[in-house]
Amino acid sequence: MTMLSVENLGKAFGGVHAVRNLNFSIGKGTIHSIIGPNGAGKTTLFNMITGVYKPTAGRINFKDQDITNLATHQMAGYGISRTFQNLQIFFNMSAVENVMVGGHIKTDSRFMPALFGFLSIRQGERECRARAEQIMCDVGLKDYINADADAMPYGALKWLEIARALASEPEILLLDEPAAGLNPTETHEINDLIKRIAATGITVVLVEHDMKLVMGVSDHILVLDSGRKLAEGTADEIRQDPDVIEAYLGHGRGTA
Amino acid sequence: MNRLLKPETGGLLILGIIIAVLPLFLPNSFYFDIVILIGINAIVCVGLNLLIGYTGQISLGHAGFFALGAYASGILVGNYDWAPIAAMVTGAVLVAVLAYVLARPIMKLRGHYLAMGTLGMGIVISIMLNQEGEITGGPDGMPVAGFTVFGWEPANEWVWYWMIGGLLIIAVWLALNLVHSPVGRALRAVHGSEVAASVAGVDVQRYKVLVFVVSAVFASIAGSLFAHYSAFLTPSEAGFFHSIELVTMVVVGGMASVFGAVVGAALLTTLPQLLAVFDDYEMLVFGGILMITMIFMRRGLVPTLQSMWQRRKP
Repeated sequence: MTMLSVENLGKAFGGVHAVRNLNFSIGKGTIHSIIGPNGAGKTTLFNMITGVYKPTAGRINFKDQDITNLATHQMAGYGISRTFQNLQIFFNMSAVENVMVGGHIKTDSRFMPALFGFLSIRQGERECRARAEQIMCDVGLKDYINADADAMPYGALKWLEIARALASEPEILLLDEPAAGLNPTETHEINDLIKRIAATGITVVLVEHDMKLVMGVSDHILVLDSGRKLAEGTADEIRQDPDVIEAYLGHGRGTA
Repeated sequence: MNRLLKPETGGLLILGIIIAVLPLFLPNSFYFDIVILIGINAIVCVGLNLLIGYTGQISLGHAGFFALGAYASGILVGNYDWAPIAAMVTGAVLVAVLAYVLARPIMKLRGHYLAMGTLGMGIVISIMLNQEGEITGGPDGMPVAGFTVFGWEPANEWVWYWMIGGLLIIAVWLALNLVHSPVGRALRAVHGSEVAASVAGVDVQRYKVLVFVVSAVFASIAGSLFAHYSAFLTPSEAGFFHSIELVTMVVVGGMASVFGAVVGAALLTTLPQLLAVFDDYEMLVFGGILMITMIFMRRGLVPTLQSMWQRRKP
């Protein structure tokens, strides 16, 4: 079953085409990686899928529904969530509150009942907190539940972003460079976490520069270069693809 | 019992006790006057703090909403013989509608631009009150009839004191409910990161407009009470300096702290009176105290003292 597909997708910033005429589709319950050199359009693609940017051409389908022109805040309701390359943590909250925000759409947030402190709201808050704490335990953030977000180390914050994204109970999770800035041990842990998330039936889409991680976890890899699709396939196919080798390493002098 | 021990419930209890006991220490009506003004300012600040402290959106024009509430009461009661309660509610509804209409474009602005937008809004309201002399009395101001509830009139400062005190407790209670709900968390999320909030499903623009309207309504109701209490209004209530005064109360008392807003209002309403002994140097000392507070307690009085208290405990 196709989870997410894009057709002739394009995004131009003025005269710069960050993404151009892109087509691909992603099946359910697998780990997909999107790789490519800096400036290839990976993050732009994520931003279009999650409604942060509006595409200038083409369309995006999620489970056969057109989501091209939805606002960002509507995406969570469809079952789409993401993390950010440059961390977007709520530093004015505790860690568990960050995750609770992730559960916003699963919680009763009507204004009047909230203003008058209805019991149903308090009940919803308790459930929301319990779910958030459970998710934090699941991803290995048990020790940080009541920590202030601004007192947490960088690595833990990357996990926190993933926990927050999971709290909306997404069907598809977009991870933008989850391993960036992590040490080898942490990268290994994130590798395990991604596999565990995928094992629960969530489709994972990964943008990542760490090739060892990408080649290890991905069922399917899409290579972008200058906003276009360069290659697509399994890790082995990508590893041997001459176009990919050229884009990453340039022309070998001896073979020219 | 568990709920009693929560900091917010405990805070509400302490506020209630302070309001209940305070009159015993007020020797004459001069002091009552100050405390009643503190209460009115505190109601505005509790609302304004939801916007500035929690949601992270500045407004330099909230005195405009305060004044509109005040003038609505003054005009409807004075010129059209409305019941003061009906005038107050109508004023609040009108302000809510106006705030909603203004917030739709203004809350799209960020940072300095938002400050300029709200500043302009306040100035326009102030100019209107000055110019429409036929109904507002213009720069000369207008007298306002006393407050009555179904024919009963708060005859002295004691009754006013209990009324404002009660309303302040209600305002704080409402704000605490909101802050400790998914709505309040969404507001803080908007402050923390707008893009992350919207990815989590928070309609950022809607929440900004919502909290703007709520804070305007708090200001409007406080304005109506002020109109009846002071019995006289001038357009300066809508003025830029009044707006700045309100923002200062919120910032000094503590951003993102409901009780901070109350403490800020108390401090900045009382300080000028206490500093009167400094005579010509009053403003100098006043400014100095504000500067020192901001340098050593950047998060404001209540949050700073709170974290100092928490660190002190083992």
